[in-house]
Amino acid sequence: MSDAIKSTVSTFLIDNFRFGDTSVAIADDESLIETGFIDSTGVLELVAFLEDTFAITVADTDIVPENLDSLAAIARYVEHKGGKAA
Amino acid sequence: MCGLTGWFGRPGNEDDDQALAHAMVAAIVHRGPDGNGIHVDEGDGRRPAVGLGHARLAIVGLGDGAQPLSNAEGTLTVVFNGEIFNYVELRAELMARGRRFLTTTDTEVLLALYELEGDDFLDKLNGDFAFALHDARRGRLLLARDRMGVRPLYYTEHAGRLWFASEVKALAAVPGLRLELDPIALDQIFTLWAPIAPRTAFAGIRQLQPGELAIADADGWRQRLWWTLDFPDRDDARPERPRAEDAAELRALLEDATRLRMRADVPVGTYLSGGLDSSITSALAARMTPLGLNSFSVTFDDAEHDESAFQNEMAQALGTNHAAIRCREADIAAAFPAVIASTECPILRTAPAPLHRLSSLVRARGMKVVLTGEGADEVFAGYDLFSEAAVRRFVGRAPGSKARPLLFRRLYPWQNQLNRQSPAQLAAVFGGGDAADPLFSHRPRFKSTAQAKLFFGPALKDRLAGYDATEELLAALPARFHRWHPLNQAQYLETRFLLAGYILSSQGDRVAMAHGVEGRFPFLDHRVVAFASRLPPAAKLCGLKEKHILRRAMGDLLPADIANRRKQPYRAPDARSFTAALAADGPIGAALSEPALAATGLFEPRLVRRLVDKTAAHPDASFRDNAAFVGILSTQLWVDRFRSSTVA
Repeated sequence: MSDAIKSTVSTFLIDNFRFGDTSVAIADDESLIETGFIDSTGVLELVAFLEDTFAITVADTDIVPENLDSLAAIARYVEHKGGKAA
Repeated sequence: MCGLTGWFGRPGNEDDDQALAHAMVAAIVHRGPDGNGIHVDEGDGRRPAVGLGHARLAIVGLGDGAQPLSNAEGTLTVVFNGEIFNYVELRAELMARGRRFLTTTDTEVLLALYELEGDDFLDKLNGDFAFALHDARRGRLLLARDRMGVRPLYYTEHAGRLWFASEVKALAAVPGLRLELDPIALDQIFTLWAPIAPRTAFAGIRQLQPGELAIADADGWRQRLWWTLDFPDRDDARPERPRAEDAAELRALLEDATRLRMRADVPVGTYLSGGLDSSITSALAARMTPLGLNSFSVTFDDAEHDESAFQNEMAQALGTNHAAIRCREADIAAAFPAVIASTECPILRTAPAPLHRLSSLVRARGMKVVLTGEGADEVFAGYDLFSEAAVRRFVGRAPGSKARPLLFRRLYPWQNQLNRQSPAQLAAVFGGGDAADPLFSHRPRFKSTAQAKLFFGPALKDRLAGYDATEELLAALPARFHRWHPLNQAQYLETRFLLAGYILSSQGDRVAMAHGVEGRFPFLDHRVVAFASRLPPAAKLCGLKEKHILRRAMGDLLPADIANRRKQPYRAPDARSFTAALAADGPIGAALSEPALAATGLFEPRLVRRLVDKTAAHPDASFRDNAAFVGILSTQLWVDRFRSSTVA
């Protein structure tokens, strides 16, 4: 399940923020903020995607780097919220 | 205000050189449609040859201001672009010393000062200028540029000559000189928003830096900065002084800076954006224009960019003859190829396009000089970037604080999405960074902008492998930079690089002079700049209140809501301006077509297609998607306009 989430989110990040450029892979624990994938507006695009794709609701208080700043963190968070793959 | 061209060096054929001088002037005739002239001297074997050309915009000395201008003996000849605003005082001073003048122009004052004082005469000038002065007695040529970099001057060495011009398009007339894109410059633009002077977008073509003097003679070519932007050491704080005294001194300085800039033998108008700075400039100018001031504005259809309510309020309060030009998204798209022909440099924002349109309105109303509020945001710390850097430092001093990051919401109250983000998230996305980093204030902007390099094609990426524009910027900082207060460091970066490299150039001189309009900037009077540099940082950025001292000094001239207005950055609709043009046949669609992208080889067509599709589907594109879109489009148009099809 965790790998499926990571793969789905990775595809979204590359499609949406890298316009399909797959020349640079995203490592599981890489900070999405430090690598420039996510900025102050991008994080809400990610949240909207997670809600749509995994049928979860992300509370404002959950929008913290511990939940959203790497593929591994996102997968943990989505699983914890009982997310279902689309 | 005009355009100049010329060369210095190896002799040639006089007939060919005469024709060449005319051809170079013809390429920049938009800068000076009121007259032109050339001076060609093939030298005598010992003295190098010289050519000087001039296109004139007649503003001072309407009847006796033809150029090139020589002294009575014919030993000194100058071509001059710009204004010496204090020429009246300098002329009187020189006449008191026995000097006689044949014309009423500031150009002759410049010649006389050089003759009497030598190379140090530049310190006496209060003005915006670039000039080429040939001293036949000493067999040398002087090129110089004003302190802040208002007026441009480009040069290159080719075929035994030094060639120079106000715009690069004049250099295109030089036989055998090929114009190519400089890939390093493109990397700098796609990171820092502008090339680092002396680099330009053109490989091998340089620009004089702001405040630079260059001297060419038989021994070669020497350059030095005759003026530099400076700040006090952080530990060398000025003795405390009541704010009211600073405010009074600033008021007197700004009044005098404006008075000098109202000097012209033609009417002077103002740009009125509705913000604090241009409102102050217009208020001061209106007091000095008893017959009524003409003011000019751009309006936009969407509320996000439009400031017409404030413009009208201010125009009404001052009783100006106000004219506005509406700028629709389609107007930006239609003007954009011409804008890039004017900027001669790829750009990441469309903001120059409405100003290109505005200068056409000024000209259509029969005017050719306007005062604007340019420079106040750099000199008095008005930009968001300054307050954001201050908040980032504040947050960084107490990691984990749940209260401090909430200030990011205060900085950008119109960004509703920030309200959903936790303090920890805000702290992370705005980035603390290394507080000791000299580029601390600008790192987030550079990082965000540099995302646009994703679209570079493989050959360009290979060519740029290992290159980091921010490293070159760091290397260009003066040693004393490290001793300044962080706010002053941020101001230096913004003023020295972005103001001169983009705001005064692509968004200033170029789009105004495209229609023969001269902009004048009271906030960039060197006395105002020096005064502001010495102020305590808190007099400029007081808490989160930007331009504090300026509001205090000038607020009584303005309606209260304008005096207290928060800075609204001047912006124009970016990628979405081009959606309709992309769907139709025309230069925009052609520039971004797959064949055109493949022909330049600069960008990856597959990725560009997805970017175009994304911005078309989401009109509210993010900052970085907009920057990438406009950067790619403007680069493609640049290549098309300047016929450079390969990377140097």
